[in-house]
Amino acid sequence: MLSIKDLHVYYGGIKALQGINLDVKEGEVVALIGANGAGKTTTLRSIFRLTPIVKGDIYFYEINLTKLPSYKIASLGIAHVPEGRRVFPNMTVKENLEMGAYLVKDKKVIEKNLEFVYNLFPRLKERQKQLAGTLSGGEQQMLAIGRALMSNARLLLLDEPSMGLAPLLVQEIFSVLKKINEEKITLLLVEQNANMAFSIAHRVYVMETGKIVLSGPTEEIANNEAVKKAYLGG
Amino acid sequence: MRRNLLTLTILILILFLSVLSKNLDPYIYQILVFFGINSILAVSLNLINGFTGQFSIGHAGFMAAGGYFSAALSVYQGEKLLNILSFLPKDLAQGAIFLVFLILGGLFSAILGLIIGIPTLRLKGDYLAIATLGFGEIIRVAILNLDVVGGPRGFPGIPKLTDITWVTFWAFIAVVVIYRIINSSHGRAIISIREDETASESMGINTTYYKVLAFSIGAFFAGIAGGLFAHYLMMLHPSSFTFMRSVEILLMIVLGGLGSITGSIFGAFILTVLPEALRGFAHLRLIIYSLTLIIMMLVRPSGLIGNREISFYRIFKFLRRKGIN
Amino acid sequence: MVDILQQIINGISLGSIYALIALGYTMVYGILRLINFAHGDIFMVGAFIGYFALGSWNLPFALGLVIAMIGASVVGMIIERFAYRPLRTAPRISLLITAIGVSFLLENLMVLIVGASPRSFPQSIPVDIYNIGGLILTNRQIIILLISILLMILLQFIVMRTKIGKAMRAVSQDKEMALMLGINIDSVIAFTFALGSALAAAGGVLVGLYFNKIEPYMGVMPGLKAFVAAVLGGIGIIPGAMLGGFILGIAEILVSAFISSTVRDAVAFIILIIILLVRPSGLLGKYMREKV
Repeated sequence: MLSIKDLHVYYGGIKALQGINLDVKEGEVVALIGANGAGKTTTLRSIFRLTPIVKGDIYFYEINLTKLPSYKIASLGIAHVPEGRRVFPNMTVKENLEMGAYLVKDKKVIEKNLEFVYNLFPRLKERQKQLAGTLSGGEQQMLAIGRALMSNARLLLLDEPSMGLAPLLVQEIFSVLKKINEEKITLLLVEQNANMAFSIAHRVYVMETGKIVLSGPTEEIANNEAVKKAYLGG
Repeated sequence: MRRNLLTLTILILILFLSVLSKNLDPYIYQILVFFGINSILAVSLNLINGFTGQFSIGHAGFMAAGGYFSAALSVYQGEKLLNILSFLPKDLAQGAIFLVFLILGGLFSAILGLIIGIPTLRLKGDYLAIATLGFGEIIRVAILNLDVVGGPRGFPGIPKLTDITWVTFWAFIAVVVIYRIINSSHGRAIISIREDETASESMGINTTYYKVLAFSIGAFFAGIAGGLFAHYLMMLHPSSFTFMRSVEILLMIVLGGLGSITGSIFGAFILTVLPEALRGFAHLRLIIYSLTLIIMMLVRPSGLIGNREISFYRIFKFLRRKGIN
Repeated sequence: MVDILQQIINGISLGSIYALIALGYTMVYGILRLINFAHGDIFMVGAFIGYFALGSWNLPFALGLVIAMIGASVVGMIIERFAYRPLRTAPRISLLITAIGVSFLLENLMVLIVGASPRSFPQSIPVDIYNIGGLILTNRQIIILLISILLMILLQFIVMRTKIGKAMRAVSQDKEMALMLGINIDSVIAFTFALGSALAAAGGVLVGLYFNKIEPYMGVMPGLKAFVAAVLGGIGIIPGAMLGGFILGIAEILVSAFISSTVRDAVAFIILIIILLVRPSGLLGKYMREKV
């Protein structure tokens, strides 16, 4: 479904990504783990062409994303839940969700998606008239995920959905992610919280300083001694 | 080494001009005077905009303040002082008085710059631009309402004291002072503000102090330029100091290069000569100005020269290299 | 007392025009963080298009107004496309200098086309004067107020309720996120310029009608003052621009009536300096420090 081939991204002289190869198959949950600054976020942002790509290609089915303007990429069925949620703070919860469905023409589909999101996150329905900037961190995360779902996306990119949230909320978010995947939506998940990532991922990629150093099915990676030591606290 | 070279060149230039000016065509003479005045304005604005990175578009206001102040001194106190100094040769007395009045005009501007700078320099970027614009306009409106200096009728009867030697002298002083500031430790602090204000603040640099300092020095020289302007034209009018005038000065430094002294002088030269060259097409002149501004920003936002300096040493080296190859 | 009321009425007419211009400033600032210096000149261009539509083609006032608004929108979009868009990633100062350049270009092009001397605006609506308990009110003042309020309601509807309006707000809050949701930022920004320019043009035509005189430099002062109005209300905030416009118009008329008419032009700038020092975010704004 998504395949990143030999991707190089340089910020000035800094080589943020040095030849990333990564595949995501339909229906999968793929986790990308690694330390701060390893290039996980850069990888996700590259899919939307928000980084200076020096070399390499990103294919979504047969379409080469590196040849498209950023705003066209959402229309292919890819949605991003970015680092730091990035909800529109001065718009209401409902308006934020509507923005997620910006490319959906059919009002009935929007209504249906809205209902789907409100079912996943009943709290958003309670607060639909509230400005997004006044929500708590957890609620903003729910809103960011909800907004991404509004677009009928087939592939969801999630950048650290657990960041800054209380453990209980993290559990809740991840159980929703699992539900979303059961609706045949593919997930590419960037996480520092490797434990949580392993709990839902089918496959895992491990990044270090701009390179993929390890990849494989979750059980295999989770049992790797080096990974255990570096990411699972022993 | 380079600094001495610069000083030397300019000293020679002053001497050269003073000797030459006796036989100069009056038209060329006038252009040179305006070139000198514009150079002072451009170099002083560049200290604020180019080196400190604070975007001021109210320079005409400071020019007006200094110009009117020194002109008023000349008109109302000039004769009196001349009588007091009657024991001196007339030329010397006149010159001394003019020097003092110019400096007082400059100081008046600088104090105004201080008063304006302390509160507004907390603002950043475009807010500061608008605040300086506002102050420039307020100064102009204040002059319009001051009857002692003629208000909207203009202020005539200013003695003609400015000549090319005075202008060159002051242009030289402005260049040397600003050059020395920039190449001192103060200068490095000032430039660090341009590069990254937050970072320099966290390095313990008192950014407000340096910003206000640069602003006041810039205002001082703008005031001097105003005084020279007044005592050359023998008449001042508020309409010479509109926002348009500020933009013209801005255009000089944008054209030459923000953060380059020689660039400012180069820009001043172009903007003094170009209007003369375009005299036949007066209405096209302003269109060319505006297109130049836009195209410069689109094509070469760092100015013709950028933030480097033209130096004879470098030109010499360049020529020699070409010669060898 | 009647005197003050009378001046307030006059101030509201002037203020509604400032408000119309201020709206364009505030929308463009909200979306690009650019003080569009050329905006006052768009107002002037609008007035001249109205002048030709009403004077040369003898169109009814309402139609002339609409044509001026459409014409100015096109000019606004052209400016954005060719002067501002290439500088989207440039430092804001470059953008500001460009805007100053565009402003002078419009003024001087207009001088080239129509000459620098003022022209009297076609009087397509005859004046009626009403005397209500000593207060003088003209039908033109009423028309100005009604049209302004109508346009402001329309704008508020577009921005709050329509899809493109919501996209405008999204882009002004987070461009990159808007991009990732599939919003074509370039067209949203172009639309913002069109909308702002149309409102300024309406202001231009109304000024022509009210003051009966237009010239190529007519946009400079109202442009600067409308910007002050936008800052006063809180730049980037649409109701703020309206509020700021009315306050400024009333303050200016009161000062020129009761203090001195020559100080009038300084009022706006004194208000500006005070607001920048005391409450830089404006009356309706929340102050945000520049991000590190």
